[in-house]
Amino acid sequence: MNSKLVFINIVRWLLLLFIQVFLLRNLGFYNLATPFVYVLFLLLLPFRTPNLLLYLIAFVTGITLDAFYDTIGVHIAASVTLIYVRILFISVSVNRDGFDEPEPTLGNMGFKWFSLYALLCIFAHHLVLYVLEAFKLTELSYTLMRCLFSGLFTMLTVLLIEFVFYNRKLR
Amino acid sequence: MRNLWIFINRYNAFFLFIIFFSVGLILTVKNNIYQQSAAVNSSNEVIGNAYEKLNVFKKYINLGRVNDSLAAENARLHSAIFALRNIDSAKNTVVEDTVTNYQYTYLAARVLKNSITLRNNIITINKGALDGIEPGMAVIASNKGVVGFVRDVSPHLATVQSLLHKDTKISVNIKKNQALGSLVWGERNVDFRKAYVKEIPNQYKINLRDTVVTSGYGSFPPGIPVGRVSNTGIATGDNFLTIEIALFNDFSTLQYVNVIKHKYAHEEKALEAKIPNEQ
Repeated sequence: MNSKLVFINIVRWLLLLFIQVFLLRNLGFYNLATPFVYVLFLLLLPFRTPNLLLYLIAFVTGITLDAFYDTIGVHIAASVTLIYVRILFISVSVNRDGFDEPEPTLGNMGFKWFSLYALLCIFAHHLVLYVLEAFKLTELSYTLMRCLFSGLFTMLTVLLIEFVFYNRKLR
Repeated sequence: MRNLWIFINRYNAFFLFIIFFSVGLILTVKNNIYQQSAAVNSSNEVIGNAYEKLNVFKKYINLGRVNDSLAAENARLHSAIFALRNIDSAKNTVVEDTVTNYQYTYLAARVLKNSITLRNNIITINKGALDGIEPGMAVIASNKGVVGFVRDVSPHLATVQSLLHKDTKISVNIKKNQALGSLVWGERNVDFRKAYVKEIPNQYKINLRDTVVTSGYGSFPPGIPVGRVSNTGIATGDNFLTIEIALFNDFSTLQYVNVIKHKYAHEEKALEAKIPNEQ
């Protein structure tokens, strides 16, 4: 069970980072919106993962992305922020004592919960990402606009992928 | 110590976030030359913004002085225009030095005291005999409209007999047909936005919203806009037309005036003094 989860996550990591780096890196709408689908991997990490491990995974994911994007530190900070938001959101919305489900997927948690969860995490991630990437306060409105559009784009992509691999757990 | 450990453990998400986020941030600033220079820039930007904000207050405090200089500049430009406009080309067929030929110069002055509620209103301005102001000089508003005549001068100050005074009479004409009249205030109204033009010959047809300008007789230069006709049907009982006009300038907000120096004023006065007074 546990080894299966680890295996699934490793495959997911490789797959999503591959898509992100080799496909989506070249994608952009009017220099305004670029999706960052690799956040799905961070979103779908199992519930029972310890916090330290979550942060370490986010750190490794971020530094890998940074290596490909030539932006050392930006994706690290963004991924770590996403993990923090994720921990906060899960701690207030899911009963901590007995997680019924192994991981927070759309099929397990339902559309309402998952969309809110993804929305908060993605916007936190993108905000940090774009603000650090621009690193200027003068272009703040443009930065925020890019953040908004990219966030919507990422959100849409994440939901699409989740619906494609939708397997509603029979209760 | 144990309590501290429990506290840190309880909020480990937050502390871990701080640690990892700082690492990301430090890497961002350190390992990227562009962003390193940008970091310096952005901090300078903050300081620059602060200075700019401060400057707004400074500007506001200096506003009065700036106004003074602008008014002076305006006066200079006005006299330059008049120098060009009022060259008597009929007299001097060969104009050698056009600067000596202008008739009117302007001098900007600030209004120190003003009133509009009295029957006879007097304005005090901050220029006096040392600035070349003499009694009888014409005073106009800095943008549009007439103000009055200089009455008394002291070395540094002068009083102006406002148009809103029973003794003030200014020679004006209707711009479109040159019908002559004299501008007075009071008698029937005490509204500082209105005045009367009396003694217009009867044969002229005057419409509403005709422009009234100074005629150039007396110390006012010709063509200064005074106001617009707002009422023509005023029955007076004499053989002349009387019209009511709405003044262009607002006496209640008068802050700057231009005193007009007429170059040949003395000459004119001396010449006219030779004519025996018929009245």
